[in-house]
Order: sequence, then structure tokens, then C-alpha cells
Amino acid sequence: MTALTIDNLHKTYRNGFEALKGISLKVQAGDFFALLGPNGAGKSTAISIIASLVNKSSGSISIYGHDLSEDREAAKRLIGLVPQEFNFNMWEPVVEILVNQAGYYGIPRKLAFERAEIYLKQLDLWEKRGTQARWLSGGMKRRLMIARALVHQPRLLILDEPTAGVDIEIRRSMWRFLQEINAKGTTIILTTHYLEEAESLCRNIAIIDHGKIIEQTSMPRLLSQLNTETFVLNLGNPLEAVPDLASYRVKLQDTETLEVEITREQSMNDLFDRLSQLGITVTSMRNKQNRLEQLFIDLVDRSKREAP
Amino acid sequence: MKPWGLYAIALRTIVTKEILRFMRIWVQTILPPAITTTLYFVIFGKLIGERIGEMEGYSYIDFIVPGLILMSVIQNSYANVVSSFFSTKLQHYIEELLISPVPNWVILGGYVVGGVARGTLVGVVVTVISLFFTDLQINSYSLTLLVFVLTSVLFALAGFINAVYATTFDDISIVPTFVLTPLTYLGGVFYSINLLPSFWQDVSLINPVLYMVNAFRFGILGVSDIEIAVALGIILGFIGLLTLFSLMLLARGVGIKN
Ligand SMILES: Nc1ncnc2c1ncn2[C@@H]1O[C@H](COP(=O)(O)OP(=O)(O)OP(=O)(O)O)[C@@H](O)[C@H]1O
Ligand SMILES: [Mg+2]
Repeated sequence: MTALTIDNLHKTYRNGFEALKGISLKVQAGDFFALLGPNGAGKSTAISIIASLVNKSSGSISIYGHDLSEDREAAKRLIGLVPQEFNFNMWEPVVEILVNQAGYYGIPRKLAFERAEIYLKQLDLWEKRGTQARWLSGGMKRRLMIARALVHQPRLLILDEPTAGVDIEIRRSMWRFLQEINAKGTTIILTTHYLEEAESLCRNIAIIDHGKIIEQTSMPRLLSQLNTETFVLNLGNPLEAVPDLASYRVKLQDTETLEVEITREQSMNDLFDRLSQLGITVTSMRNKQNRLEQLFIDLVDRSKREAP
Repeated sequence: MKPWGLYAIALRTIVTKEILRFMRIWVQTILPPAITTTLYFVIFGKLIGERIGEMEGYSYIDFIVPGLILMSVIQNSYANVVSSFFSTKLQHYIEELLISPVPNWVILGGYVVGGVARGTLVGVVVTVISLFFTDLQINSYSLTLLVFVLTSVLFALAGFINAVYATTFDDISIVPTFVLTPLTYLGGVFYSINLLPSFWQDVSLINPVLYMVNAFRFGILGVSDIEIAVALGIILGFIGLLTLFSLMLLARGVGIKN
């Protein structure tokens, strides 16, 4: 079953700016899907159209088989959105925001309060239930929007940069939370600029740039496109000159740090054999760049060259 | 089969939220009209009114009470919807409504009922105050109530349309100041149009507020400058027109969706 089908979606804003130039996308039910792209690529525009906050220019969208234009109410009941910008009434107490949102979906007040309690507790906001939203910290406001998006228990949850400005600890607990609800069957679409976040959470991915999809594939397949990886080795003994590592491309960052580029055909074992022969001790090693990040930059660069 | 039960909950949610909003800020919403109308009663009704003598066979204060009650209903029904819906847009929490499956007519209905609730509350407060100055004898309760509610609905709708088009705080005060106030003041609140030269009587007849004030006055006193059926027809006609127009604006997302 597909949770989301987008077909040839176009959006031209009233000022004439063409933000989406024909996007087609399929997200399977149960997926954890990353929608990535540089600033201004059109991610929020696409998401806002899916959430009925922005009118499309043309194209079609369906949610679990319900067309968003023809079967509007059924489709909308299945969507939950955590938008990029705060969009709640700052003067409303936290619990009221959830209960009112539930009310718009026709959820009776008593049940709405029960749901609000569940999600506020899960997102660690229960203590703040009586506080006006404007007195929450930035990270709390983000979590409030997650709780609000869940009160009607949507089957498709879309999060537009939910972890922007959230500290590491809370970000990790958000990840765990999202993985849990995904494991229970909620389809999740996530946009983020933290690519390691996308790499560790998402199984499938689409990259959008200048209003077009430039790549859509599974995360492992995308990562396997990486032709070379650069590793940074910390050395036990300082080196005076760049060592001769045969076919490996190397660079000395400083006397105790070596950068080695490894292509897909080469192996790590040969590299370490060679280093041992030369009497070089490696104390630790890391990727120079996040793998997805490296691919992302390559792909976006390529799309820029192809469509100037 | 439409999920009427769900719509009813959604409607109640919006209405409750609206009522809580104006009750929370009652110093801005309920108190000012109470003070203003008390001043009107004291100054126009008592001090000046006693020198004016009778109008249409009634003491001046009795003549203006219906108009003053209706004026506060008009102003407050309008003000409630225009300011509430405008801040909903401005702070973007309209998106909570847009994303959910609430039909547009429920959204409109919720805000209109919220406006009517404030119009009614203020109208009742003003009526109670008027009892300190005069004995109100109501000629026809049903007509009085009908005109009261219909007028309130009509101006709540007008406030909604104003909010849809408004992009700045100026936009929500321009119409009340330059359109609503003149229309009510010239709508026969303080005088019978029979006092005017016939040309200005005819001009007054294009003012819809005149029909409401007169229909309401007829409900209370039993005197009117115009035919009641015509007045009711005009009010209902305007309500129909503005409802359709508001629903069209919502369907297109004018001022709400990009
Ligand atoms: N209301 C609007 N009117 C005109 N242009 C707009 C409007 N909203 C967005 N845009 C433009 O559309 C393009 C896409 O914006 P969008 O917000 O979808 O990008 P994004 O991919 O979400 O970026 P970010 O990562 O910065 O959030 C941008 O060039 C933006 O300036
Ligand atoms: Mg965005």
C-alpha cells in the first residue's frame, strides 16, 4: 500500500515564482522516508500542499488511496503535520492546544484530554500542560507541535525540520520516539538538514533541488553510490613527510594526522598492511565527512551544473 | 452520509474557544460598550433628551434605547469576528483548522456563532443598563429577538469578510470607523427619518442599517419608519449574500492560503 502518492505536482506562487516544477513521489506505508534538499528547494512548499495549507497549481496527491481533492476529508484525517514554523496560539495553554486540535477532528473532549495526556507525557511536556505556549522554550515548542500532530492518531506523519534548534539529548529522545511510532505502523516523512539524522533514521530518500526531484532511492543503494571515502587517521608517531602508500591517495593534515582516500575497489586490509610495513601506528580512525553528506553535495552540485 | 456528529464537536470546539477568548479579555470586549452606552443614556437620553421632548409619540430616551441596543450588537458582533479571525491568520494558527477535516461552513459557523455570542452578551448588558433609565415595554418578543439575532449574524459575517481581506491592523479598523459607524449613526438610531427632508429620506433608504434599527424598534415600541416585512427581507437577503461570499472566499483560500 502506498501511503503517499504525488503525481506531477506544480506550484507557482502568486509572485510568479515556480517553486515546484513537476514532482512525482511514492512513499510506501510503514516507511521512514527522508525528503532532503538545500534551502529553498521546495520541501516546505510540497509539504504545505500535502497538508492543505497551500494551494497547488496542478498535479494530484493521494493519501492511502484517498485523493486529496476528491476525497478531501478522508485524506485529511490520515495526515499529521509538524510544520517548520511555530503555528499555534501563543496565548493558549499547552493542553488546550492539543484538545482544540483534536476537537477539529471531531474527537470528543474527554477522549481528547486522555490523548493529550498520553502524548504530552511521551514528549515530556506534561509538567507544562497549563503553561501558555509562549512561555515554552524552542525545543519544547517543537515537541508541542509533535504532540499536536499526533492527537488524531494519523497514519502518515510529516515532520518539517522537527529537530532544528533542539539539543542533542532531546534530539536523540525524539529519534527514539519517532522510531517507536514508526515501528507501530505510522508512516513518517522527515525533512532535515542534519544528514546523519536522515542516514540513521530513514530507509528511503528523495532529494529535491530547485523544485525538482533529483534522486529517489533507498538509503543503502544511495550510500553504495559513493565511489570514494576519505578517512582521517590519527597516528601514534609523528611523520616528517607524506608516506608512500602505493595506490592510495594520501595527504598529511599535520604531522600526526593522515588523510587517506579509498576507492570502492580498494580494501582497508591492504592499507593497514602497508602502514604496518612502514612502521606507522594508527591510534584511531574516522570518516572525514558523513557519507550521506558527501553524496548529497555531489548530487546537488551535479544538478546545478546540468540545469544552471 | 456526512459525519454530522464530528462536525458538531468541531463547531462546539471553535465556539467555545471564541467565547473563552472574549471572556478572558472582558475589560476590552464587554466593559467599553457598557460604559459608552451608559454615557449615551445619561447624556442623550436624560440631559438632552428631556429638552427634545417626544419622537414618534415616545419620550426621546424610549425612542433611542432600541437603536442603542442594536448599535452595540452590531459593533460587537463585528468586532469579535474581525479581530479574532485576523489574529488567527496573523499568528498562523489558522493552519490548525486548514489541516484538519473541518468543512469550511463549520469554520464560518463557529466564528459567526462566536460573534453572535459576544453581540448577545453585550446587547443584554446594554439592555439591563437601559432599565435603570426607562421602563422597557416590549411590543413583540419574537420579532425583537429575531431581529436581534439576525442583525448579529449579519455583522458577524461582515466582520469575517473584513478579516479575510485584512493584512494589517489598520485594515481591521478602517471598515468599522469609516463604514460601520457612519451607517449606524445615519441609520436612524438617534432620530426618525421623518425628520429629514424628503431627499435625505430617500437617501437613507439605501442604508441597510436603517431597516434593522427600525425593525428592532418596531419589535420593542411598535413604531417603525418602514415596512417590517421589507426590513426582514433585506436582512435575510444580506445574510444569504454574505454567507455565500464568505464560503466562496474560504473555498478559494483568499487571504488564507498561498
Ligand atoms: N509565499 C511565497 N511566495 C513566493 N515565494 C515563496 C513563498 N513561499 C516560499 N517561496 C519560495 O519558494 C521556494 C521554496 O521554498 P520552501 O520553503 O519550499 O523551501 P524549503 O525547501 O523548505 O527550504 P528550507 O530548507 O530553507 O526550509 C523558495 O525560493 C521560497 O523563496
Ligand atoms: Mg522548509
